[in-house]
Amino acid sequence: MRYAYYPGCSLHSTAKEYDLSAKEVARSLGIELMEIPDWICCGATPAHITMNLLSIALPVKNLLKAKSMGSYEVVACCAACFNRLKVANAFMETRDEDRRKVEDIVGEPYRGEVKVRHFLDVLANQFGLKNLKEKVARQLTGLKVACYYGCLLTRPKDITGFDDLEEPHLMDDMMKAIGVEPVNWPYKTECCGASFSLSRTDIVLRLSRDILQMASDEGAQAIVVACPLCQSNLDLRQGMVNKKYNTNFNIPILYFTQVLGLALGIEAKKLGFEKHIVSPLSLLKECSRRLNVGYIPTKREP
Amino acid sequence: MKIGVFVCHCGTNISATVDVEEAAAAIGKLQNVKLSVTYRYMCSAPGQELIKKAVREESLDRIVIASCSPALHEKTFRKCAEEAGINPYLIEIANIREHCSWVHKEKKEATRKAIELVKIAVAKVARNKPLKKTYVPIEKKVLIIGGGISGVQSAIDISFAKYPAVIVEREPSIGGKMAQFDKTFPTLDCAACILTPKMVTVSQNKYVTIHTYSEIESVTGHVGDFTVKIRKKARSVDLDKCTGCGACFAKCPVKVDSEFDMRLGKRKAIYVPFPQAVPNVPVIDREHCLWFQKQTCGACKKICPFGAINYEMPDEIIEEKFGAIIVATGFTQFDHSVYGEYGYGKYKDVITGLHFERMANSSGPTGGRIIRPSDGKEAQDVVFIQCVGSRDEQKGVPYCSRVCCMYTAKHALLLKEHNKDAQAYVFYIDIRAAGKNYEEFVKKVQDEYGAIYLRGRVSRIFEKKGKLIVRGADTLSGSQIEIKADLVVLATGLIAQGDAVELAQMLHIPYDQNKLFTEAHPKLAPAETITSGIFLTGACQSPKDIPDTVATASAASVKALGLLIQGELEREPLIAKVNTDLCSGCKACVIACPFRAIEMKEIEDKKLKRKRNAAQVIEGVCTGCGNCTAVCRMAAIDLEGFSDKQIMGEIEAL
Repeated sequence: MRYAYYPGCSLHSTAKEYDLSAKEVARSLGIELMEIPDWICCGATPAHITMNLLSIALPVKNLLKAKSMGSYEVVACCAACFNRLKVANAFMETRDEDRRKVEDIVGEPYRGEVKVRHFLDVLANQFGLKNLKEKVARQLTGLKVACYYGCLLTRPKDITGFDDLEEPHLMDDMMKAIGVEPVNWPYKTECCGASFSLSRTDIVLRLSRDILQMASDEGAQAIVVACPLCQSNLDLRQGMVNKKYNTNFNIPILYFTQVLGLALGIEAKKLGFEKHIVSPLSLLKECSRRLNVGYIPTKREP
Repeated sequence: MKIGVFVCHCGTNISATVDVEEAAAAIGKLQNVKLSVTYRYMCSAPGQELIKKAVREESLDRIVIASCSPALHEKTFRKCAEEAGINPYLIEIANIREHCSWVHKEKKEATRKAIELVKIAVAKVARNKPLKKTYVPIEKKVLIIGGGISGVQSAIDISFAKYPAVIVEREPSIGGKMAQFDKTFPTLDCAACILTPKMVTVSQNKYVTIHTYSEIESVTGHVGDFTVKIRKKARSVDLDKCTGCGACFAKCPVKVDSEFDMRLGKRKAIYVPFPQAVPNVPVIDREHCLWFQKQTCGACKKICPFGAINYEMPDEIIEEKFGAIIVATGFTQFDHSVYGEYGYGKYKDVITGLHFERMANSSGPTGGRIIRPSDGKEAQDVVFIQCVGSRDEQKGVPYCSRVCCMYTAKHALLLKEHNKDAQAYVFYIDIRAAGKNYEEFVKKVQDEYGAIYLRGRVSRIFEKKGKLIVRGADTLSGSQIEIKADLVVLATGLIAQGDAVELAQMLHIPYDQNKLFTEAHPKLAPAETITSGIFLTGACQSPKDIPDTVATASAASVKALGLLIQGELEREPLIAKVNTDLCSGCKACVIACPFRAIEMKEIEDKKLKRKRNAAQVIEGVCTGCGNCTAVCRMAAIDLEGFSDKQIMGEIEAL
């Protein structure tokens, strides 16, 4: 299994641990992720609130770069990148008139022929949960997590189309398959505040508080995510939430690839656990006593 | 040939744009035109008198009226011609109003066009042949498909006129959805109290035959002469021997979720769906009966003192003839499990309106207590959500189901009557309470029963600590709301029965994109279909409340009776006619005919001196649409009144 890999800006910066763990997981499963050379920004939110054509042309440019690598499918880990690439494909497939304008901008014909998948989709549906289960090298029994999908992974349904819109379950299924207990909670797709993180932090604090509270009420020890922005809002702002709302949350926000990596027997230090703000180390230590997780880095590396 | 042309002013409708005098003068010069005159209102009594007088005095034999659309006054002038002693099919209408004066401004041009239009009509009428109306016999019996309130009402109305009616109902009892209701809005009569007398009336009526637990197998034929096969499913209980004593279901050891009680209660494997069922004869549910599954038990047979239980009873297919068919198949509830935001149908305490009806009913599964199905506790805070499936183009149907606003208001009222401490919250888009005393009823529920109405949609329902958290918007205050509810009642919309399309195809009646049967005209023929002899009543045509359903049932009955009461059926002669000498028997017309009005028949070919197949038009069924004449490659079919010769004449006159 070979894929062109589009990391996007987050996975090269704030979500480095997502990138590390995804690559580690891929390697251990024999999935080849070839990073698209010289990839550019997917446009994210700024592009589509600025200019529709720009928001299509940027992802198309990346897809064309992937096309020049050969006939690979593109895999993205960031929910927003995934979403923008899929939206661009749908646009180029269906909108004949506007397609020409985009082709003029990028200088090449393109009809959405490069297929795009999210890494979760690849693992759950392509590699298969049954096969994943067979690769489990470390039992994480007893670990209770809340799988949090956010908004961009499954919406709009007609474009993303790989998991249930109102009640996504692929991460939960995966956690079950590798022996982790997903809690049954109703906030899987609640809004975390997304890119209001900087402009209206108060909104993000309130929404993130609600999510943390619900996860905590349902007994989750950690929240598992597939989106760098969700991770950042819940992790980075957790201290501020505690301060503002006089709460005492200490819930690590982990990428699904990190938990999967642990289950596959990958050394914990390779999975970037030290990069979190809310440190998962004590949770992992607790696990390590019970489950033999292996080496746990004790302090954050600079 | 002496053609008379009569140009109508239509007040100023025509004469303002068309110079009628100039037109009449121009037409008067045409060949065969003996007379060409104008009059203010040709359709008026003096106008018609003018025509009749002209026919007498000028001994005219053909007439052209230049006036409004033939859709409006063709019949008037046909009658007028007949009274003047001319065959009514020797007249033609030139439409110089809708096709000319109303759509043009320039008087000179419009006058020229009007002259052209009349010329065409003159050319056609010259080639018209005298035609005669045809008559077909009628089987004097009505089939009613569906035994809900609309089917029952239809049967009662037909029996009043002493004509026989046959109800075919697929459930074990007649009564339909109305039998499941507790009370009816806005008067709050008990549904069973007003329905069951009608059910009894119909069952005791000597003109009405009821086949319950039966389905329509096939329908062939046409108006006045339908042949219908009915499958009487094996009831396993002899209808004649059974006295309805109930010993069998008292003894039956198998408990099954009751469909009638919306699976909130249990029934036995041998059961009558509800106490007032008609007929009051049980049926064995063979899927759950131990005898049919494991060849054990047999308790019902042993206990029945009348020997009515018959495990060997087979399905029976009977064939009957009918003159008219009334379709009264009703509706089914929208399945809300497509709504993820309401929990995909997996929360036990998220129920539908029909569940609520059964709970509110004192003989229902909870004995009239409004409870949470999950734990049986009495519900205090109840959220009602309207427009579930209705008015939702993405997940449901685009139309408004019409009754949900009212039944939700009724539920909010009943909730309070059953539990004075309870509180109802109603999420709505708009309140549609158009009906006699409907708006007043909703107002009463809000004012006197304290139901809190919130204008907005619910975005999410989830369970937390044994409560249902209902999140939604109140668009009037512009705020988000969260309600901790014990019970959520969804006002699921009314949709077509799952097998509506199958039935429509069997009956050859059209249906719309929502699988609702289509009436012949949305305003002027709401109870008819375009297939003659087949009529619609109730919610199979569009969602209806009980008063509207009963009204359409009576309407359909009158239409059916109007048909039966005629000795023979009068048919317009403007139908297709086959020249069998030219017909090659290719059957293209049979396929093209939307009314199944053409069949193949063996004829004796005198030239070839052997038998061969040729098309034959069934006179009673053909509507004269002309599809067959267009597809016939041998030009063997012609449409009377619109023959190729006539149409060529029109084209040449242009």
